[in-house]
Amino acid sequence: MIIIKNLTKKFDKIMAVDHVSLDIHKGEVFGLLGPNGAGKTTIVHMLATLLKPTSGMAEINGYNIVKDPAKVRKNIGIVFQAPSSDDMLTGFENLKIHSYLYGVPSDLRIDRIKELLKLVGLYERKDDIVKKYSGGMRRRLEIARGLIHKPKVMFLDEPTLGLDPNSRKSMWDYIQKLVKEEKITIILTTHYMEEADTLCDRIGFINKGKIIAIDTPEQLKRMIKNNSDNTTDKYIGDTIKLYFKVPDARDSQLNNSHILTKNIEILKSFKFVKKVEQEKESEIKKLVVLILHVDNINHNLPIILKSVDKVESIEFSQPTLDDVFYTFTQGKIAEEPEGGFMERYAQYDKK
Amino acid sequence: MVNNFLSIYAIWLREFKVYLRERSRIIGSLFTPLLWLFIVGSGIGSSTTLSIDVNYQKFIFPGIISMSIIFTSVFYGAYIIWDRKFDFLKSVMVAPITRETIFIGKTLGGMTNSMIQVFMLLIIGLFIGIEYSLISVLQIIFVSIILSFLLTALGLGLGSRMHSLEGFQMIVTFVVFPLFFLSGALYPLDNLPDWLLFLTIFDPATYAVDALRNSTLGIATYSFEFDLLLLFCSTIITTLFGMLSFRKMRAV
Ligand SMILES: Nc1ncnc2c1ncn2[C@@H]1O[C@H](COP(=O)(O)OP(=O)(O)O)[C@@H](O)[C@H]1O
Ligand SMILES: [Mg+2]
Repeated sequence: MIIIKNLTKKFDKIMAVDHVSLDIHKGEVFGLLGPNGAGKTTIVHMLATLLKPTSGMAEINGYNIVKDPAKVRKNIGIVFQAPSSDDMLTGFENLKIHSYLYGVPSDLRIDRIKELLKLVGLYERKDDIVKKYSGGMRRRLEIARGLIHKPKVMFLDEPTLGLDPNSRKSMWDYIQKLVKEEKITIILTTHYMEEADTLCDRIGFINKGKIIAIDTPEQLKRMIKNNSDNTTDKYIGDTIKLYFKVPDARDSQLNNSHILTKNIEILKSFKFVKKVEQEKESEIKKLVVLILHVDNINHNLPIILKSVDKVESIEFSQPTLDDVFYTFTQGKIAEEPEGGFMERYAQYDKK
Repeated sequence: MVNNFLSIYAIWLREFKVYLRERSRIIGSLFTPLLWLFIVGSGIGSSTTLSIDVNYQKFIFPGIISMSIIFTSVFYGAYIIWDRKFDFLKSVMVAPITRETIFIGKTLGGMTNSMIQVFMLLIIGLFIGIEYSLISVLQIIFVSIILSFLLTALGLGLGSRMHSLEGFQMIVTFVVFPLFFLSGALYPLDNLPDWLLFLTIFDPATYAVDALRNSTLGIATYSFEFDLLLLFCSTIITTLFGMLSFRKMRAV
């Protein structure tokens, strides 16, 4: 659906987008995830034909973004990072004007507008002037506007930026509903890991204009590198802590080592167990603690518990995308303050 | 083609609705011409006698119509500097329509705003004793339409090339005021020193003021046809300039 090859944009001296290559499939929700200033918006603007690439190419639905911008535009809808609905018009009027601009046939126009207003939950407020909308409502109106011509691809640039946590959650619901009902390809940018994790089928990590990893959220979390040893090819996966009770305290030394060797042997025989180690300084004297790193904790934990001695208690943790991102950038994240004067002025929900 | 007209209509409609909803702006924009007409018109009028037999307030009335058009149209056009920063415009530029379509829609929008003001001033003209005929009203409307189209196109062209708000100030200082002061809105062209007469020749508003004064008061320096010809030529130039600027305008 979208093919991007070595897409590059240079502003004076800044490499805003640096040889980005991506294939985005039909019907998928693809997330561009990275800190402020990573180049997400610049990529979206280039794909939406609003900005000419310095070099490289991209195709959307078979149309080249540089050679055939008019065709590309017919195939895409976009919600900009900054508010772009007209606050002096009503929600309905905003959609109507855009239905003219996109040449929506007159017999379908009103039905399409009503259908979209219902989809984004604004039908009851359609005749209110947009100035009276909340930030979340405004953003939803812009989503409806972007869908007016039934585009094949939808760009959502930071769809929840500046929204309060409740509006953010409800925006996620609307986006998920949109995915189900409109069946279109979505490219979503965000700097919230949780958002990408919740909404996206695949995620491209971007930092300083470069894509540093592309995969499903699950795979990305598996790829987290063990920070303690410096090998780059070993990923620790999920972490489990097993607490074993020491049966007889009289000869704890002996018992401990017996339990340890036996269980470590068992655990190491599993393919999905990457690494087993004993917690060096166990706080609680009567317990022996083993730390293991495994693949696919949900599937494998029961197998582990069946095979080893009786376990007193368990703790486990799964890596978050934050950890993954941190690992990939080794903490060298190029974060920029959000926007210039105008952009800050134009934030949602700020009057 | 049909689509083009619909798109132009859509952009015009947006501008018109926004204009109607900003009532304070309408009132405010009428206030300045009234100040000129009644304060400057009466004040200077009381101590100035023109070589022609008409009172000063009536004499500047066509000039004040032109002034109102100059300010409204160029400001409207230059406002695009703002628009581009945080508005609707980006979403229009990503639609599958040409920049020329956007330009024409916007220009017609600005023209409409100016014309609404012209109509209000025409009514005020009745109170200071201007006598209209059907022909003169039609002529005034025609000339006003051309001048407002011409100047909105100029404002849009200049505004689309500017990137900062200082640009707006520059346009006011170096375009709006010279257009107004050189147009002969406040004085007759007949007894001017050569250098000043020379400068007025390059101001398209000069011909609008002259034509309007011709139709309202029967006083003129050039013939009505000559005024129209120069207005048409200027309109073609600013329209081409505006379209070219729009085509080159950066969207983000
Ligand atoms: N018009 C521009 N002129 C110069 N630099 C720009 C422009 N737009 C963006 N940049 C720079 O390009 C980089 C990427 O910006 P952007 O794509 O907005 O990042 P993101 O959307 O990921 O926060 C930043 O360093 C930003 O300052
Ligand atoms: Mg951005």
